[in-house]
This record gives sequence, structure tokens and C-alpha cells, in this order.
Amino acid sequence: MTANVSARRGGRLTYAVLICAVLVSAFPLYWTLVAASRSNAELARPLPALLPGPRLLDNLSSVLDEAAIGKALLNSLIVSGAITVGTVLCSTLAGFAFAKLRFRGRGALLGAVVASMMIPPQLGVIPLFMLIVELHWVNQLQAVILPGLVSAFGVFFMRQFLVQSLPDELIEAARVDGASHARIFWSIVVPIARPAMAVLGLLTFMTAWNDFFWPVVALSSQEPTVQVALRQLGGGYVHDQSVIMAGTLLGTLPVLLVFGLLGRQIVGGIMQGAVKG
Amino acid sequence: MPSAEPLSPQAPPAPATAPKPPEPPSRRRGRPASLSPYAFLVPFFTLFAAFGIFPLLYTAYVSLYRAELQTPGELEWRGLGNYTALFTDPFFWTALRNTFTIGVLSTVPQLLMALGLAHVLNYRLRARTFFRTALLLPYATSVAAASLIFAQLFGHDFGLINRLLDLVGIHPVDWQNGTAASQVAVSTIVVWRWTGYNALIYLAGMQTIPAELYEAAEVDGASRWRQFLHVTLPGLRPTIVFTSIVSTIGATQLFGEPLLFEGSVSGGISHQYQTLGLYLYEQGWGFFHLGRAAAIAWVMFLLIVVLVGANAWAARRRSRKEAGR
Repeated sequence: MTANVSARRGGRLTYAVLICAVLVSAFPLYWTLVAASRSNAELARPLPALLPGPRLLDNLSSVLDEAAIGKALLNSLIVSGAITVGTVLCSTLAGFAFAKLRFRGRGALLGAVVASMMIPPQLGVIPLFMLIVELHWVNQLQAVILPGLVSAFGVFFMRQFLVQSLPDELIEAARVDGASHARIFWSIVVPIARPAMAVLGLLTFMTAWNDFFWPVVALSSQEPTVQVALRQLGGGYVHDQSVIMAGTLLGTLPVLLVFGLLGRQIVGGIMQGAVKG
Repeated sequence: MPSAEPLSPQAPPAPATAPKPPEPPSRRRGRPASLSPYAFLVPFFTLFAAFGIFPLLYTAYVSLYRAELQTPGELEWRGLGNYTALFTDPFFWTALRNTFTIGVLSTVPQLLMALGLAHVLNYRLRARTFFRTALLLPYATSVAAASLIFAQLFGHDFGLINRLLDLVGIHPVDWQNGTAASQVAVSTIVVWRWTGYNALIYLAGMQTIPAELYEAAEVDGASRWRQFLHVTLPGLRPTIVFTSIVSTIGATQLFGEPLLFEGSVSGGISHQYQTLGLYLYEQGWGFFHLGRAAAIAWVMFLLIVVLVGANAWAARRRSRKEAGR
């Protein structure tokens, strides 16, 4: 049996494969930094530089002039922040009801939520666009925030967590003491759900920050999110590759920063979601 | 609000005291008067109805009308006109074909490599968290950023990939204008972004397979490869079905990668890598035909239903065959 244990330990080949995979994963991002810190002429040389150069600040200031990246960063922060708070709240409320409360239509409603996870929201963009035209929301951030709050995954994720982690006896005891549902929610459910809420918040923030199709339709260069600004940048009127890469770097950095700080939790969240989903 | 509160605010004050005595205490305990279960669902389901269900159903409705971007409020009945226009447009068929080939080129290598990586990650490793996190970096990068970066790497004259090919004596590839080459390039973006993510999903699945199964296989003298085939793969089947369904749905609506590869809505000069998602966007926001775009969305929806159905059917048939063995 000891042979078995050592067999399950990674050997040299295992590490070689993993290091290759990590290099492939990280290189394009590293290359973005290299290209963003060089001039176009340097990139066009027969033997391009493979180390970061001195022109990063110049390229960053050109991209801030040419595309509204500064405003885009702020807008993305507002949009992703609002979507994260709203989604976590709505999902925890609904997830709790589905996990622990008995009511008529529970199975059917939960079924509808799960089924809708299969349907890409992109297919509803035309009526959604007509709706925001009607409401005069084109180019306004709420046009991106409100549809972004609908997360069937979030409801399902919170339900799965609470089914396992919230003991029925705790709710029963609170009920016997005469606590209302609202009180049970705030003083019992939320404290227990907090770790799952944090993970859902992280995943939601990343998804919201990176969302592409709907913001491109609903917003324009006057009121862009980062992804809308990147679409403008890649739209052909900026030809300086190093400037485009500087913009890409700037737009990617915040989410990479979150990832660097909380990567372990994000990995955990994705793996949990997988086992339960 | 479908609340079950026994006392409504409109109730006149005098009779409110009269029906009180018969109220049994058990009812009070089961239903505290403050919030009914439905109240917890109201925020989510209001948004879900307004921004999830309504747009989807209304898409089918709009697809039967002439609706133009300049006058989105005015609908003019067209019957199946949008659909016949679609089916007689050669670019629709090009987009459908491209969506399929790019879908295969991106999904198959991505899932196979993810499976291999998950197998490797499942060993006892030093710096476990580092490897897992690093492999997830591409997932954290947005579609837009990844597409711009790869557009640069695949550049014809100065792109790093052609330079590397040149170094080993291969002629520069026309990643933009060649049909196969451009589709490979666009698929590469998808593969790069999603392989690590799927590897973690597979890893999570592998970790639920009991270690005793491997020990028993070892006792029976099964090689590593046979253990992978006969223990890992069967144990992972639900996860494999799940990831292939999710990837199929993603591939059907591919949009950002082909849009930003060169920045044009036509997906290349001769539409060589225009996908259905991009074609929808071109019809709706390039040519202002919202009705036509809605018809495309509905065709994509049906396509997804058929593909997911086929996937689930194949999985069920497979497991029934296993059970009968």
C-alpha cells in the first residue's frame, strides 16, 4: 500500500507538464506587459524584445487620451460593484427560501431557475434593447446593472450551500422563540451563509467586470465600461499596437489584482460549484 | 405581493379583534406574520421575469415582425419573412458552418487538454494552490482583452507566432484571411481562456471518486492508463456531460473573440470566421434589422435545445448500455 501512496505523488514529468501549462497560461499576459512598455517600432524589429521596456507610462498616457479608459474603469467599478451586491442579496434571499422554507410551487420554481441556467442571456438582447430604448436607458449604467442582477446560478449556488450548512433545528428554535422570517434571515441565515456569499460575490464581480455582449449593445464610447472601451480600442482606429496593449493591460489589471489576492477562494468557489452543480 | 399575512392593512379595526380568538397558536408558529416565503423570492423573480423570461419569449414575437433599429417601437407584421430571408442568405449558412467548425476546433481540444491537466493536478503536489490559481489566469482575463492580445500575437507581419514559425523555417501563416487558419486562431483564444477552468471542474469531479476504487484496481494489477480508463473516466462521466453541455452552449453563441480578432462585424473579408453571434450583431446593429436579428436569436436557441438534447440523450444511452453490460 505504501507503493500506492508514492504512486499518487507527482513525479518530475508531472511538474514539467504543469509548468508548461502555467507558462502557456501566463505568457500572453506577460507579453501584454512587454508590448505595452515598448514602442511600435521596437515590436516590429526582426528580433522583438522579450523583456519589458521603458515606455509603459508614455503608452498608458496615450491610451488615456485616445480612449476613455479612465472613465471606463470607474464605470466598470460602479457596474460590477452594484451587480455584485444586488446579486448576492437576491440570491441569498431566494436561495434561503428554496433551501429551508416550505411553500406551494417550490419544486416548479426551482426547476425554472435551473432550466434557465441553460439559456444564454445573449438570446434575449433584442427585446431587452427595445426595452431600454423605450425607457431612455441607452448609454446609462442602469441598463447594464439591472439585467446583470439576474443570476440563476447564484440562487442555485446559495441554495446548495444552505441546504447543507444551515441546520433545520436552528430555524425551528428561532421560530419557537417567536422570531419573524426577516429576523431569522438577518441574524441566523446571513452569518452562516457569509463564506458562500463571499465566494459568490467574487465570481459575480469577475463575470460582471468581463461581461461583453450586452454592454457593447447598451453602452457606447460616451459612457463605456472597460470592455466597451477595449472594443473601441480594437475597432480599428487606433493602429499603435503598443497603445492597444497598454489599454488592455489597464483594463485587465484590476481583475488580476483581485485574482492575485483572492485566487485561492476563487479556485475553491469554482470547484465547489462544480461538485454541487 | 402574494403574502399570506392574516391581517391586511385595509382591514377595518373593529372586526380585527373579533376573528382573533379562533386563530390557533400552531398557525402562528408556522407562519410568522412578518414575511411569507414568497417575499424572499420577490426580488429575484421580479428581475428574472423582466430581464430573463420576458426578453426570451418576446424574441420569438419580434422575429415575426419588421423591426428597425431607428424606430424600435414600430412593428410591422412579416410572418415568417425574417426566417425565409435568413435561409436564403448565403452568409447565414456560412455563419452556421463557421460556428460549427470553430465550435469543434475549440471545444474538443479544450476538454481533452483539461482532462489531462486535471489528471496531473490530481497527484499529490507541492505548490498545489499556485498551479491551480495560475491555470485559472486566462479565465480571469476578459474576452475582449484576450482577443486583443491574441490578435496581436497572431499578427501577420510582426506577430510573435509567425516570428516563431519563421525561426523554425515555416512560412508566415495568413491568420487573418485563410479560412482554416483564421478559425484556428479564433479557436485558440477560446481554448486558452477555458482549458484551465474546465481542468478545475474535472479535478473537482475526480476528487469525489473514492480512493478504494483505485486501490482495488491496483491490487488487480491495472496499469495507470487502465485505471484512468476504467476508474477515472466512468466516475467522471456526469462532469464530462456537464462540461460538454456548457461548452456547446458557449460555442453556439461565440461573439467577442471573432469580433475583436480584427475588429470587424463581418468576421473577416469573406466572412471566413463570422459566427452566428456575430452575424446576429451585424444584422441588428450593423444593418439595423432587429426583426431579422431576433429570428437569428431564435434559431440559435433552437440549435442549443437540439444540441443539449442530443448531448443528454447520448449520455443516457451510454450509461444504459453500461448498466446492461
